[in-house]
Amino acid sequence: MALAGPQETITAREAGLVSCDNCGTLEPLGSRAICTRCHATLHSRRPNSAQRVWAWLIAGIICYIPANIYPMLLTKTFGRVSEGTIVGGAIELFEYGAWFVAVVVIVASVVIPVAKFVVIAMLMFGVRYGSRLSAHRRMQLYEITEFIGRWSMIDVFVVAILTALVQLGFIASINPGPAAVAFALSVVFTMLAAQSFDPRLIWDTLEEPQARARR
Amino acid sequence: MRTRHPISENLDSLIACRSCDLLLDRVIPPPGKVARCPRCHHVLISNKRNVIDNTLAGAISTAILMVAAIFFPFIALDEAGLHRDASVMDAIGAFADGWSAPLTIAVAAFIVVIPVTRAAALIYALLPLRLGKKPPSQAARSFRLAMALKPWSMAEIFIVGVAVALVKVTDLADVSLGPSFWAFSALIVVVVFENSTLCEWTIWRLLDPKRR
Repeated sequence: MALAGPQETITAREAGLVSCDNCGTLEPLGSRAICTRCHATLHSRRPNSAQRVWAWLIAGIICYIPANIYPMLLTKTFGRVSEGTIVGGAIELFEYGAWFVAVVVIVASVVIPVAKFVVIAMLMFGVRYGSRLSAHRRMQLYEITEFIGRWSMIDVFVVAILTALVQLGFIASINPGPAAVAFALSVVFTMLAAQSFDPRLIWDTLEEPQARARR
Repeated sequence: MRTRHPISENLDSLIACRSCDLLLDRVIPPPGKVARCPRCHHVLISNKRNVIDNTLAGAISTAILMVAAIFFPFIALDEAGLHRDASVMDAIGAFADGWSAPLTIAVAAFIVVIPVTRAAALIYALLPLRLGKKPPSQAARSFRLAMALKPWSMAEIFIVGVAVALVKVTDLADVSLGPSFWAFSALIVVVVFENSTLCEWTIWRLLDPKRR
């Protein structure tokens, strides 16, 4: 695909255009607020991206703390109640020898959420202060983060299925613990943080020196 | 405000990369090929064959499988003469007691309501096009809704959750899988297929009233 114009790189914003975030229609910048094709609000960059990302991210991190402290599952077997936290449940799976599932649980509920917090914060610092990582690498990290975030929901669904299924009266019953709600909220908030991030900001920081040189 | 560069006035011949805002000449790739942004490698246009047919097929099969998934038992458990089976509805209701009640609404939305809404929105927007009619008046809105809901449609994640739950209870009791489990599993295949065939750019162009 050929580059438009004589300059090596020119963005739609530099050309006085805005591309609809939703359907990709190009319109002159500032001429209208609503996309003619899909009626979405037009904006060259997602409004208040930084504030929104930080707000959702901090909310997500806060919710992740009770999600790990409180029990996810309350298991009652022959009248005895045992409480299982996220990490505790995975360790139990390891002890059963179900190491593959244990790895799935650890990856989905510990590695991915923590990695998402770190990656989103790093992207934000990169936009603000510059980053040692290339824009390319940061773009890849952003795409992976956006794609993978929803999969953390696995643990919440596991709790729902176990609760629905294991209701055998005195023999065994399973009920959700407070951590299930906290964890679900943490996943949702982190997904919203990733969605509020505007990947164009990664590339805007690269353009600025060039744009200044051209002026 | 930056200076305005000399750019051809015909905006239809241009495309801006949605992830880095780079302005490019719009070149539609040959069928089966993908055009990527030269700077950030984001997919601009993927010229898949039969986009409308494939997307509709995905949406209609989602709707059918969802009906099967909801109404048949999902999973059954036998232990010491006790039998218990659970449907998707039971899994949704798992959080209904007490303070975790809002989670019930969220789970219902993630695994049933949102996938069904997406399927309905896609069928509404695209079926008239398939039948050679004009897109309905709210076609753009409903396609936009379907795209916005995409990350929140989690039926396939639910299935992986079932697999994990199965391993956790197998040593507690005998577990058997119901027809609904297989319906949901088929749904994953449909979702993957749908995601690999859907080109937003192509559909938006087909929905555009100016181009028809």
